[in-house]
Amino acid sequence: MATEILMPALSPTMEEGTLAKWLVKEGDTVTSGDILAEIETDKATMEFEAVDEGIVGKLLIEEGTEGVKVNTPIAVMVEEGESVDDAATSSDSGSDDSAAKAPAEPKGDAAPGPQEIASKVPAAAASADWPEGTEMKQQTVREALRDAMAEEMRSDANVFVMGEEVAEYEGAYKVTQGLLAEFGSKRIIDTPITEHGFAGIGVGAAFGGLKPVVEFMTFNFAMQAIDQIINSAAKTLYMSGGQMGCPMVFRGPNGAAARVGAQHSQDYAAWYSMIPGLKVAMPYSAADAKGLLKSAIRDPNPVIFLENEILYGRSFDVPVMDDFTVPFGKAKIWREGSDVTIVSFGIGMQYALQAADQLAEDGIDAEVIDLRTLRPIDYGTLIESVKKTNRCVTVEEGFPVGSIGNHLSAYIMQNAFDYLDAPVINCAGKDVPMPYAANLEKHALVTTAEVIDAVKAVTYR
Amino acid sequence: MAARKSAAKPNVSPEELKQYYRDMLLIRRFEEKAGQLYGMGLIGGFCHLYIGQEAVVVGLEAAAEEGDKRITSYRDHGHMLACGMDPNGVMAELTGREGGYSKGKGGSMHMFSREKHFYGGHGIVGAQVPLGAGLAFADNYLENGRVTFTYFGDGAANQGQVYETFNMASIWKLPVVFVIENNQYAMGTSQKRSTSTEDIYTRGGPFGIPGELVDGMDVLAVKEAGEKAVAHCRAGKGPYILEIKTYRYRGHSMSDPAKYRTREEVQKMREERDPIQNVRDLLLQGGHATEDDLKAIDKETKDVVNASAEFAKESPEPALDELWTDIYSDDVPQGDAIDA
Repeated sequence: MATEILMPALSPTMEEGTLAKWLVKEGDTVTSGDILAEIETDKATMEFEAVDEGIVGKLLIEEGTEGVKVNTPIAVMVEEGESVDDAATSSDSGSDDSAAKAPAEPKGDAAPGPQEIASKVPAAAASADWPEGTEMKQQTVREALRDAMAEEMRSDANVFVMGEEVAEYEGAYKVTQGLLAEFGSKRIIDTPITEHGFAGIGVGAAFGGLKPVVEFMTFNFAMQAIDQIINSAAKTLYMSGGQMGCPMVFRGPNGAAARVGAQHSQDYAAWYSMIPGLKVAMPYSAADAKGLLKSAIRDPNPVIFLENEILYGRSFDVPVMDDFTVPFGKAKIWREGSDVTIVSFGIGMQYALQAADQLAEDGIDAEVIDLRTLRPIDYGTLIESVKKTNRCVTVEEGFPVGSIGNHLSAYIMQNAFDYLDAPVINCAGKDVPMPYAANLEKHALVTTAEVIDAVKAVTYR
Repeated sequence: MAARKSAAKPNVSPEELKQYYRDMLLIRRFEEKAGQLYGMGLIGGFCHLYIGQEAVVVGLEAAAEEGDKRITSYRDHGHMLACGMDPNGVMAELTGREGGYSKGKGGSMHMFSREKHFYGGHGIVGAQVPLGAGLAFADNYLENGRVTFTYFGDGAANQGQVYETFNMASIWKLPVVFVIENNQYAMGTSQKRSTSTEDIYTRGGPFGIPGELVDGMDVLAVKEAGEKAVAHCRAGKGPYILEIKTYRYRGHSMSDPAKYRTREEVQKMREERDPIQNVRDLLLQGGHATEDDLKAIDKETKDVVNASAEFAKESPEPALDELWTDIYSDDVPQGDAIDA
């Protein structure tokens, strides 16, 4: 009986991939463990093995096809004696088939996933970050981060990148793709799995005059290194009476990815933002990822740069400029509105923007602010907005106790109390370790529905 | 391995020998004065004295060249004096005054001097080890031929990050001398009770790092070992470990009841192995100095130390606005949430 081979999910966040190469042809006999194809995911190019033995009846997807959705049939296996025609007719995937064969979108312009909202974000034309009329290109957050590092490495020989799998593997999440080829192994350095040690070596190298970019494969692993980040990187300038700064960047994905459980799904925004001596950036869009990372690498202070695995594959407009940077401490107003201020940062912005879209349909006009950096925070923009809307909802994925939202609420209360028509509501992740089950995980994070409810509560609708 | 002793006829000039005597004596007198000021309430917090261990830093500084770097833990006053930092600035930091190396914001455990390539002064046991390797990483990257002395104790030798660092220093051939100042007690826990191996320097072996044991009460032995280690690093052969057996006469910090060792043990070390007395004997027996010469050095040293104490008492406390400076290298507003 013919069986379909489906496009596999090869990473926690993979929704689609490129069928890079077939390693079998129709009519070949394969046994379990034979490599059928090379598939390029959002993270790497992987070999895809046969599970059962049989004969390759038909290849349904041509090699080189991009944007093949997970679970799309890509080939049909038949048994001895079965004909390819039997196989074709036994495949019930007429509609799926044509969908999969539809021309894929160009690379770097990946089709939106289920949670995707990049296509819905308001056009960022009215931006103070670049001159009007600047040419724009679509880029993923991942590519923008890579370009930021490459540009800064070209202009400053003392910038180098170190971390696990950053060189030969080209990044566990492909963020450092191509950097080893351009800059060589002196400047793109694979470390052993030893976060505490290499974080400390990075800090020492910054004391010694270099500008390290230390990648943590995820910020969950940076907890092994947090003593060096806090006690050595953040405090030495102060403890030395201004003699010894630590110009470096600690970067990597932060927060929940997808289905990786409690130890790999934590948002550290509030943790690092508490520490004087650190700067903290948490970009949402590709343009901000690029502009802020370039600023971070040039910054004379230690910078915590919190990326997000789910955002890596999202595409946004990025200005085509020789040297595009975004300053720290300057929020971005994604959407102007008069009824309520929704303030967020990083991936929290997806809930904020989605909620604002849906609220608009109900006649509620939300102003959406992306803080972009959490140290320093652009309090001015926030307070001005609250004075206008008289209501505020904060949105983040992190734990609710001691959250950024808690801090913003206190700040607003102290500085704009008389302007408030309702208490500030904090929408945050739930006060639980991240569960594995898909339904529980979704509920553990902040949801768009919760943001909408919060806005309705503060606007008394 | 027997600890390295100095050669029967050490290759140093009488002038050099006198300098080591002077340098070690300065540390001892300085530390005695610091202990005194602590008792008077002029120095606060933790204060870890270096008395007994003087030959370690003086011997290694004799093996260093201009531009070489050093980094250590919180028992750091001796290292600072040995690399030429101003006793006034060190003492005033101990008293938390404006004239201190960190403007009074670091204290005993956190002092630095860019000028003298002294990179601290670190309060977390073992944390300075990867930092020191990082300094060596930068030197390697910049190809400037410099070597970093990374000091840590027998206690820190049980921290995991030390071995993470050994591994990377070895694979990247970093020019770093790991100096284990083994004073035999990690705070109040003897090496026997805390450490699985008798010879800590052998722990570099599995990482491919050569090491040796050195008599840390013999400044000339330390210097010889230091020269060998530095030559190894400068030749591009990677890190080197020196385990220097030494002894601290005073408590771990000022509030140490010293129940973990006997008074006799300490007294025996003082009487039989004192590093300063050893050099004093060499100078007198070799006819390189007279009692009067040494008395003159003693007096000079006392004067320098007394002057540093005076400076440290006279220097004003830091201005209150110093609270808000040196947090960032650029102009970032602080405390917005409180005072806006």
